[in-house]
Amino acid sequence: MTRRPKYAEPDSLETVAGNGLLHRRLFLSRGAALLGAGGALLTARPAAAAPPEVPASMKTPGAPLSGYGERSPHEASVQRAAAGQPGAPGTGSSRTPLESLEGIITPSSLHFERCHNGVPDIDPAEHRVLIHGLVERPLIFDLDALSRYPLVSRIQFLECSGNSAALNGAEPPQQTAGGLHGLVSCSDWTGVPLAILLDEAGVKPEGKWLLAEGADAAGMSRSVPLAKAYDDAILALYQNGERLRPSNGYPVRLFLPGYEGNMNVKWLRRIKVTAAPTMTKDETSKYSDLQPDGKALLFTFPMEVKSLITSPSGMQKMRGPGLYQISGLAWSGFGKIRRVEVSADGGKSWGEAALDEPVLSKALTRFRMAWRWSGGPSVLQSRAIDEHGTVQPTRATLLAARGPQFRYHYNAIQSWSVAAAGDVSNVYA
Amino acid sequence: MRSAGLVSALLCAWCGVALAQPAKKHPAGPNLGVPATSEQVAGWDVSIAPDGAGLPPGSGTAAQGAAVYASKCLACHGENGAGKPNDQLVGGQGTLGTPNAVRTVGSYWPYATTLFDYIRRAMPVVAPQSLSNDEVYALTAYLLSLNGVIPDDAVMNATTLPKVAMPNRANFVSAYKKP
Repeated sequence: MTRRPKYAEPDSLETVAGNGLLHRRLFLSRGAALLGAGGALLTARPAAAAPPEVPASMKTPGAPLSGYGERSPHEASVQRAAAGQPGAPGTGSSRTPLESLEGIITPSSLHFERCHNGVPDIDPAEHRVLIHGLVERPLIFDLDALSRYPLVSRIQFLECSGNSAALNGAEPPQQTAGGLHGLVSCSDWTGVPLAILLDEAGVKPEGKWLLAEGADAAGMSRSVPLAKAYDDAILALYQNGERLRPSNGYPVRLFLPGYEGNMNVKWLRRIKVTAAPTMTKDETSKYSDLQPDGKALLFTFPMEVKSLITSPSGMQKMRGPGLYQISGLAWSGFGKIRRVEVSADGGKSWGEAALDEPVLSKALTRFRMAWRWSGGPSVLQSRAIDEHGTVQPTRATLLAARGPQFRYHYNAIQSWSVAAAGDVSNVYA
Repeated sequence: MRSAGLVSALLCAWCGVALAQPAKKHPAGPNLGVPATSEQVAGWDVSIAPDGAGLPPGSGTAAQGAAVYASKCLACHGENGAGKPNDQLVGGQGTLGTPNAVRTVGSYWPYATTLFDYIRRAMPVVAPQSLSNDEVYALTAYLLSLNGVIPDDAVMNATTLPKVAMPNRANFVSAYKKP
């Protein structure tokens, strides 16, 4: 790799694609210092504590210590966007504000929520998990027992298969990145490999599927192939190091890496080993994929390769021409992200983005790209390629393949328009 | 052909070895599960298979279901299952291959058993699991008859419900392929 001079003039930076995209090497060496943090680019800076004034925080003792941390009150506006249903405020979803976050871990308090009849209040001392059906020994586990099993931790994304579905509409909805795509989050999940528990129960040879059921007021239930249960499924007890949040399944949820969110049954109370799928309401009438010819696909489990730019993104405003860092997220339910490409000219030319380490299987991957914005109208896009070489499709390609009626598994390239005045909006390009 | 047969035999032998010694990725557990009695399992096992396994005793008709629907379902699902504010349950037949597909119990759902399973576990939304099995059978009959799937006077029970042929069932295809 060629070393670049330490203090290059911005005009001498190497461009890799049209409309000012700069070489990703910038972010592997001195790029950060030159370009500044992506999150700061759209924020006005207060001047009260600027030199030569000494900040008030240095002249008085600070707040006392606390048992459980709170974020700065100045960050209180960073919220999930929640939407319930009429007459059922606990049915619906809240979305992660992707445009306000960095890195790959979603704070547990901002992890997206999807509930089918509210968040149950469960006392872990009372909770039980029953494994039965086509097993030699039906077994009941309490939380104390589960906590003594061998645990594994993995950083992995969770995405609702209804994420981004609004992009299927005729007109591009004007929302933030999180408002459009915020039904995806990424956590460090810790739990018991389901295979261990199934082995103890002794799955009979005719057992090929399992039914997972939650202890919520919807009795949420989904069928899961036994092969997935034995591959990498866990009964998750911890999220980002602490016990699960109530809206993410406290005290125990099924976690199926890479599979659509609805299958990752929260408040798990029962696993029934079956010979065939149970054909529950959610897997048949809801999370099935209606095709243009009227046929419907059942069991489209993995979430496909996908990415979006989170900064700059919809509803934000750029503050004048100059150097910016484009930042975004990529993921695939089939494995690792191999490569992310970014375009600043609506897909005419592409440059390879830098990927933050670690790049993990079935996890969010952060990508970055240096961009010298000329101040002219631009269309920003990102395109992810996963380890199997699968390329994220354009919106036109996706709609042509799936027709106008599909609701789930929208994974098309997101286009953000940057107007000359700096306003960023959602466009179909 | 002979050499191909030989290769197959060798592959089968190799498969046999592989199957006999599956590579376990997970460690053994401490065996802390408590054996569940059949009574305990029966109390929790509410899921209904497409072949009807798990359906409880009881029965109901569309006429009986109409009365239950009026008092417990209509506010969310509208007159005659027309929907609003929540899901439309009736109609939509013939729309699936069009740009304005309407998915209802009658136009879309592939299995009648799912209807019983879901109503019993999750409806009405303000009081799940408050309906008797007879009421659930009656509501199931009501919605199926409104959709023209069963005659108005049909009795739904553990024997008749699994035999109901949902009109859209043949249009469902599994996309899952075992790795």
